Amino acid sequence: MSTAFVEIVENSTTLVCCGSGGVGKTTTAAVIAMAAARKGRNSVVVTIDPARRLAHALGLDTSDLGDDPRAIDPALWDPENKRVENGSMSAVMLNAKSTFDSLVEKYANNPAQVGRILDNTFYKNISAALSGTQEYMAMEKLYELHESGAYDLVVIDTPPSRNALDFLDAPNRMTKFLEGRAFRVLTAPARGGMRLVTRAARVFLRTTARVLGSEVLDDIVEFFGVFEGMYEGFHHRAAHVRDLLAHESTLFMLIASPRRDALEEAEFFAEQLREKNFPIAGAIVNRLHPHFTESLAQATRLRSETFTERANENEATTLLAELYANLASFQEVAQKERDHLVRLEELVSPGPVEKIPFLGEDVHDFSTLRLLEDTLFSKDTLFSKDTEADKIAAIPHAQ
Amino acid sequence: MRLVMDLSAFFESRVCIVSGKGGVGKTTLSAVLAVMAASSGQQVLLVDVEGKSGLSNAFGANPLEYEAVTLSQGVFARNITAEQALLEFFQDHNLNWVSKRLQSMNLVDVIATAAPGIKDILVLGKVKQIERRGTYDLIIVDAPAAGHTLTFLNSAAGLIDAVRVGPVRTQARDVQEMLTDPSRTQVILTTLPEETPVNETVETAEALVDLKIKVGAVLVNGWYSPCPAATVDEIRAAAVTAGTVMPDEEAQALADASSFVNMRHRLQQTQLARLEDMLALPILQLPFLFTADLGRPGIDTLTKALETAITDFETEAPAVTLPSSDGKTA
Repeated sequence: MSTAFVEIVENSTTLVCCGSGGVGKTTTAAVIAMAAARKGRNSVVVTIDPARRLAHALGLDTSDLGDDPRAIDPALWDPENKRVENGSMSAVMLNAKSTFDSLVEKYANNPAQVGRILDNTFYKNISAALSGTQEYMAMEKLYELHESGAYDLVVIDTPPSRNALDFLDAPNRMTKFLEGRAFRVLTAPARGGMRLVTRAARVFLRTTARVLGSEVLDDIVEFFGVFEGMYEGFHHRAAHVRDLLAHESTLFMLIASPRRDALEEAEFFAEQLREKNFPIAGAIVNRLHPHFTESLAQATRLRSETFTERANENEATTLLAELYANLASFQEVAQKERDHLVRLEELVSPGPVEKIPFLGEDVHDFSTLRLLEDTLFSKDTLFSKDTEADKIAAIPHAQ
Repeated sequence: MRLVMDLSAFFESRVCIVSGKGGVGKTTLSAVLAVMAASSGQQVLLVDVEGKSGLSNAFGANPLEYEAVTLSQGVFARNITAEQALLEFFQDHNLNWVSKRLQSMNLVDVIATAAPGIKDILVLGKVKQIERRGTYDLIIVDAPAAGHTLTFLNSAAGLIDAVRVGPVRTQARDVQEMLTDPSRTQVILTTLPEETPVNETVETAEALVDLKIKVGAVLVNGWYSPCPAATVDEIRAAAVTAGTVMPDEEAQALADASSFVNMRHRLQQTQLARLEDMLALPILQLPFLFTADLGRPGIDTLTKALETAITDFETEAPAVTLPSSDGKTA
């Protein structure tokens, strides 16, 4: 057993999965939640924009769902009924807008204020389209689920953002934005000594409006006016979210693929987490090329060249030339991928870096999720030469 | 349906927007398109709109800036971020002071949020300005990751509805004109022969049709070439015939590697077939490169492969490179 990962799944309470787009983050988060449930824990996974078939598998593909957690039928994640008693698995698909709406409802002074905010065009843009909102709401959801006390493990996928660390800082940045200090100064009613400033401000606003369209400015002014009095609540909340992220029971899991850009992103993230003293649980690198033999890639390449020169002799040499060329290519890429992992391993140490080979198919249902779980939690010998071919051969392929 | 395309028609439109899901190699393929165009003597500008370092990394250059830099013969690159475009927009309207004020008061984000499409429109407006100036024969835009691409390209239509008068509206209308004119703009979709990327590509292509934006071609990245299938016994026999000594372990590895690549190839073919069923577009495959870090040599290899794929497509000979397991041609 890969004990390090079992330990993480059994003991952590909050697990944040981070990495760049296209590395299998959502799927990996779902697998971790499933593994925890099978070990008797009450887990919930927060997914962000899952692929359609994975969403379907998790029961998250109906559009009227909102973003409340859905319990998943144990028959799906534990078909052999082997789980430790009382385990449960739930899933949520983050809906940034409805999460934001509930926050507004929570902190508004009265229903009229809620109505005016929710109807405001500027607010609609913030809640649906502002970069950073998704990150902010992901962290908010994490906090909400943690505070509900209904789950003993919350696994969260993170939105793909330009900077992997954006979400850590999102609650702060967003509350600062909502405060709109500069804008409130601009739109404050003229009084006494402020008159001069305000006149200048008015010219500024009018000019800006002329360029951008006056509707745009009107919405902003209205929004900051209505939002008055709610900053305190949002501030408070953001501080709690920050505390939860900084709490020692919150662990960070890096997800990557062996592609250079994905690894660089993971390394950068690891460095940043290190610097800020956030604990890194480990890393999972998906989609590694298989390792077919212990012999050296260079030796295989030489054999390949020899047989390529002799390729015209007979069918046997033609066949061997192609087979050696193919094997050499795989050995070379596998070697490079492993070389590239060294730096990540250093940064994540003493946490484990688990290497997941190419599965034959996109992971989108519980049978393939189970397969990933086996790979992740049940063996340390995945890349030893004896088992490799068998494992790959044993991987079922949908369709 | 006969899909016509040749190397010269490939870059008919002066603006080429490259779109694709994260992880499919969108940035690499943008670079490949640029190098291909430049090698036929065109002056090409690569535009990054997200401030990512992928493009400059691929050429081993420093991170891009707002000012264009030369990446290789005929290939120039710059980034155009929304913040810079917004400030420049005010400057272009002789409102330098507003621009400075917005910046000093940290209001750029507030303004950009007020009308979410505004950032995209200003970025695309900048692209349009460069296009109009005619300095470059081809402008390749490495678009935001798919999903966002549609928002990005739909921003003009959205803003025209939201803002009734003023320079932003004019800008949006000009951008819309550029995007929906196939002689000026085309989108190149990039994908992998895998289920989720294929689904997303089809959805994006269909949405682009609705937006009346031309899709030029789909580039399928990471394509594995098949290898002759052989059992361990057959391999041992071949070794005997060839008069070479081969340890059992090696015969096993050769057989495993061959069956692995063929398995991947078959899965990819299934996905490619789905793509071809659903889209009446030129679909070109680019080989998987057995390297984990793609630098200039990788780009050059892919450029040659793309040129070949286009030529093959034109002479209707893609079957040569695509024998499928059942002997049917793809």
